[in-house]
Amino acid sequence: MTPTDTTTGTSTDTSTGAAASTGSDGPADPGTGTRAGTGGDASAGPGPSNGTHPSPGTAPTVGSGGESVGGVEPAGDGAARTAPALRFTGVSKRFRDGTVALVDTDLTVHPGEFVSIVGPSGCGKSTLLRLASGLDAVTDGTMDVASRNVGYVFQDATLLPWRTVRANVGLLAELEHLSRAERARRVAETISLVGLDGFERHLPHELSGGMRMRASLARSLVLDPSIFLFDEPFGALDEMTRERLNDELLRMFVLRRFAALFITHSVAEAVFLSTRVVVMSGRPGRVKADVPVPFGYPRAPELRYSPEFAALCGQVSAHLRSE
Amino acid sequence: MAASTASVPAGTTTSDAVAAPSTTRTPTGAGAGSAPVTDPGGIAPSGAPPTPGRGGSSRRRAGLVSLVVLPAAVFAVFVGIWYWVSDGVLNEQQRFMLPPPHEVVRIGFLDWTNFTSMMSALKLTCEVTFAGLAISMVLGVAVAIAMSQARWIEHSLYPWAVVVQTVPILALTPVLSFFFGFALTSRIIVSFFPIVSNTLFGLQSVDRSMHELFSLHHTNRWTRLWKLQLPAALPSMFNGFRNAAGLSVIGAIVGEFYFKQGDPGLGTNLSVFTSRLEGERLWATTLTASLLGVAVFVFFGWLARRVVGRWYQPDRG
Ligand SMILES: Nc1ncnc2c1ncn2[C@@H]1O[C@H](COP(=O)(O)OP(=O)(O)OP(=O)(O)O)[C@@H](O)[C@H]1O
Ligand SMILES: [Mg+2]
Repeated sequence: MTPTDTTTGTSTDTSTGAAASTGSDGPADPGTGTRAGTGGDASAGPGPSNGTHPSPGTAPTVGSGGESVGGVEPAGDGAARTAPALRFTGVSKRFRDGTVALVDTDLTVHPGEFVSIVGPSGCGKSTLLRLASGLDAVTDGTMDVASRNVGYVFQDATLLPWRTVRANVGLLAELEHLSRAERARRVAETISLVGLDGFERHLPHELSGGMRMRASLARSLVLDPSIFLFDEPFGALDEMTRERLNDELLRMFVLRRFAALFITHSVAEAVFLSTRVVVMSGRPGRVKADVPVPFGYPRAPELRYSPEFAALCGQVSAHLRSE
Repeated sequence: MAASTASVPAGTTTSDAVAAPSTTRTPTGAGAGSAPVTDPGGIAPSGAPPTPGRGGSSRRRAGLVSLVVLPAAVFAVFVGIWYWVSDGVLNEQQRFMLPPPHEVVRIGFLDWTNFTSMMSALKLTCEVTFAGLAISMVLGVAVAIAMSQARWIEHSLYPWAVVVQTVPILALTPVLSFFFGFALTSRIIVSFFPIVSNTLFGLQSVDRSMHELFSLHHTNRWTRLWKLQLPAALPSMFNGFRNAAGLSVIGAIVGEFYFKQGDPGLGTNLSVFTSRLEGERLWATTLTASLLGVAVFVFFGWLARRVVGRWYQPDRG
């Protein structure tokens, strides 16, 4: 599985650079240009996914590691298909106080892939995301991002308490200087997408935790990011809310086709969402196992109760436990 | 409550719209407890559109009892003690120190000449207080913003802001007044520090993840200040304004008391009445001065609720 990734990674090394340069105009004006590709994916997305129906039975066919990505990815844009959206090569991170959070970490996320990371607390998962988002710099190794249009969802909703839901959802679009009309259009569309219709004028403190998280998701979705980073976004929610939001997140994933890197403490959540679950070892963190999840999209909520699902969860848990 | 509201699927959320505001009632009601001046119903309507009336009036009546009746009872006790001291403890010669309340009211407030002279003194003190406070607010917020922009500015200015606060103002006032004019100096000095420190605290209290969100989108410092830090600082800024306003009143009166110059303010009169042993007018002026302080305090509390009450719930941390 990992070898497959590595080979694809090296072969597309140059194209990554190209993608990065074209992608760089993404954040400057997310309304135009490069992200047309993503838009195309979005419309094409539901098409191929019809083929891979909820039935987990189709699993073994796409079980051949990294190739499963290609299976889910809509055929068409060949370059986007092979160039990794995000790639860590031999990345280490040492903080100024000497704490080593990551050593020699390799991880590749392809477009259209949903990769979850599980690992013991303090193993450097958040650090990995901070590196990917550019909030922190790597100490060693290289980190490539194909697009700078990156969405980041924090553990808490981090909404501005004085802004209404609508104004909060529009915040990032505002920071990226989208025109007022474009902003209004996207905000309205995204609020519907996350199911917050009718709450546009509410303030964050008038919402439940789950609704606040929806607003937080919407805020990032407005910019239609091609890479989405999630740092335990649903960790503070109860089980029922979390599962509902998982279902909806997948719906958005199928619709928008971003590459996702998702951190969680819940093995079931990781397996349910992902095309791959990466298990990290305790501090200093490194990738310990890389478990492909063979289920196609869209995934029905009932998948959680299938024996295949349980078996996979067991497999991931076993990796987690074997220190 | 979080679970029930959130787990409703997208389609049915509209039915939930009615339930959501009712959950917000609870924090609002609780909020009244921490701020005694607050009318419990005062904040609610803005945030919660379809508030059902159920139970509202009885709760309102309970609020009225605790907000009006209890302070009134304390006031009655206070007046009682006043009479007791004035009539029972002090003898005829000492009574000028604390004349009975009705005499204070009759001579101090109901005598037209006395009343108008007190009102003009009040007006003067108010002008001085608010002019000083306004300058202090502008300067204080500006200094706090400057400090929030760079560590070195904070480190070079903050100690001096502390010094300005701790310096014995009365001793300095004549000197400073020589340069800047007497009237404003003491008020600005007294009210400067609470504004600076509270505003700075507010500007720096923004969550790290909020800052990171802005950093991810390469926000420049002015946008960050305008869209994130200043709004976030408003509650503590207003807290600073309120404390500063109270101090300005005291500063104005104490300043006038010791450095009588120009037209008489409340403080000037206090000093004059003390020396003339005019107990009734002294006490009437004292009461007026404290009422001014209370009014200023209440006003800024009200203003803060107007500006940030809709989203800022102190209980919620
Ligand atoms: N700015 C920093 N300076 C020094 N050490 C840090 C810093 N940030 C994180 N660390 C350390 O790096 C290690 C990894 O931290 P990180 O937040 O990435 O863990 P995590 O896997 O996200 O944990 P959790 O699951 O609890 O969120 C921890 O030991 C932490 O103490
Ligand atoms: Mg973490």
